[in-house]
Amino acid sequence: MVGEIVFENVKKSFIRVDGERVDALNGVDLTIEQGDMVCLIGPSGCGKSTMLRLLAGLDKPTEGTVYIDGEKITKPNYDRGLVFQEHNLFPWLNIYENVAFGLKTRHIFKEKKETVDEYIELVGLKGFEKSFPHQLSGGMCQRASLARALIGHPKALLLDEPLGALDAFTRMNMQDELLRIKHEKNMTMVMVTHDVDEAVYLSDKIVVMSPRPAKIEKVLTVTLSQPRDRNNPEFIRLRSEILKILDFAGKEHEIEYNI
Amino acid sequence: MKKTIIYPLLLILSAAAAEVIALAVPDSPKHQAAAHPYFAWLLPAIVIVYFAVAIIGYFRHRNSAAPREGTFYRAPFVAGVILFLNVLNILTAKTAVLPTLYFPTLDRVFGTLFEDHQLILKCVGYSSGILLAGVVGGLVIGFLMGVGVGFSKHISYWINPLVRILGPIPSTAWIPIVLIAFPTARSASAFIIGLSVWFPTVVLTSSGISNVKNSYFEVASTLGSNTFQRIVKVGIPAAMPSIFLGLFNGICSSFVALMTAEMIGAKYGMGWYVNWQKEMMAYANVYAGLIVIAVLFFLVITILFKIRDRVLAWQKGVIKW
Repeated sequence: MVGEIVFENVKKSFIRVDGERVDALNGVDLTIEQGDMVCLIGPSGCGKSTMLRLLAGLDKPTEGTVYIDGEKITKPNYDRGLVFQEHNLFPWLNIYENVAFGLKTRHIFKEKKETVDEYIELVGLKGFEKSFPHQLSGGMCQRASLARALIGHPKALLLDEPLGALDAFTRMNMQDELLRIKHEKNMTMVMVTHDVDEAVYLSDKIVVMSPRPAKIEKVLTVTLSQPRDRNNPEFIRLRSEILKILDFAGKEHEIEYNI
Repeated sequence: MKKTIIYPLLLILSAAAAEVIALAVPDSPKHQAAAHPYFAWLLPAIVIVYFAVAIIGYFRHRNSAAPREGTFYRAPFVAGVILFLNVLNILTAKTAVLPTLYFPTLDRVFGTLFEDHQLILKCVGYSSGILLAGVVGGLVIGFLMGVGVGFSKHISYWINPLVRILGPIPSTAWIPIVLIAFPTARSASAFIIGLSVWFPTVVLTSSGISNVKNSYFEVASTLGSNTFQRIVKVGIPAAMPSIFLGLFNGICSSFVALMTAEMIGAKYGMGWYVNWQKEMMAYANVYAGLIVIAVLFFLVITILFKIRDRVLAWQKGVIKW
């Protein structure tokens, strides 16, 4: 099994348009174990998306290093699949071609042709291969982009609020789908979310973050067995604990706005 | 049900009225007589061709589920066109109300198309050759430059000012210089056409590429693509709608450039033909030339739209222009 992720004293700062320096991440140390489902949760501006972009290799840390299986991450590659909040399917390709995109760019499409059908089936889009993204619903497109990210057999799947744009019903459906895929493929998943309920429902570990300065507030381990019941007392206790941490973290910087 | 009777009836009535007036009413002696009653010959031909097309269309689409216009949808339009020609025929040949020099009879206009067809075809061939060379040249260079400017800061640094300074100059303004710089009038005209296609193509290709959503490139890079693949498989297809817009603008301005270039220093070509006949005061030939130009350019635009519909099939129901 592969997919161990280590953040080692990672700092990331941006220069804003007005020339001011903004710290998006302020010294993060975190280890994500192989095969874990980890949710990053926190208010906007806490650097959770930045962490995911560093992990994907789309941005480089200002200081510190991010490792996957002991290897330093310097650029994006297919061993870390990424799914955004918007499905970002290529509108000029149909569902089949979108899913097969990664195989084609790596010139292994011919050998692995049958895996395209396999992954389309895995995400439940059989029969929609010839459809274009604009002909499908948001949930179906998000499934297709999941298949597109999964087809390269990534060591880790990175999810940036992938269910944020979906309606409540589709969302719960997709949560179960994600757990099923994780179980079937046994891979590390790192997911950014705003939704406390979602985090408790899915995660093995929950990383609660706070903004200004952006840092990790607490890492919680969820010991509840799958499938989880949203009315279980432990579930409710965890949820209120996270909300309390978030509330506290929020209040701290509220003063800034009151001046 | 009613439309399938009234619409074709309208067309037949309009054509019959025009035919009766064309044959029964004598021509005004003020007009130079044509060799044959070409207009009277043309009318039944229009009606027959229209019905043939409509009926073939009916049988071809009989079993298709897609919603479509009625079989005789275009009949009132064709009837209107014939009515217009009829009125024109009355105002020219029959009554000579319009100045006879500038408004020749329809018989003579259509007669010219038939009698002068050898020279006209030669001119069409000549014009098409120049147009093809200019459009393809301008297009290829414009597209490659546009891709370069869209993707590379260095290329953009050197090429963009050039495009901004040279592009807005109407390509026909180059004629005095180009006529000296190029060995033949043909190559000079092709260059001017190329220039007029080049500008919109380069601008809309590069702007199309710089407007591609960055997340498309990010997704592609997490799927293991290299820079070349991101240009060819993501940037260019995503910018295709904009590229086609540039192509359309370019081809439209190439028509202007072609006509202008041929009116100066050319020995053949449709622009030359119209200009030369005007100087000869042969207005029947001028109108015949204009009809041929209209058909030629209509065909070019139609081909472009067919290619666009195929390349941008994925856009159906998203954007239309």
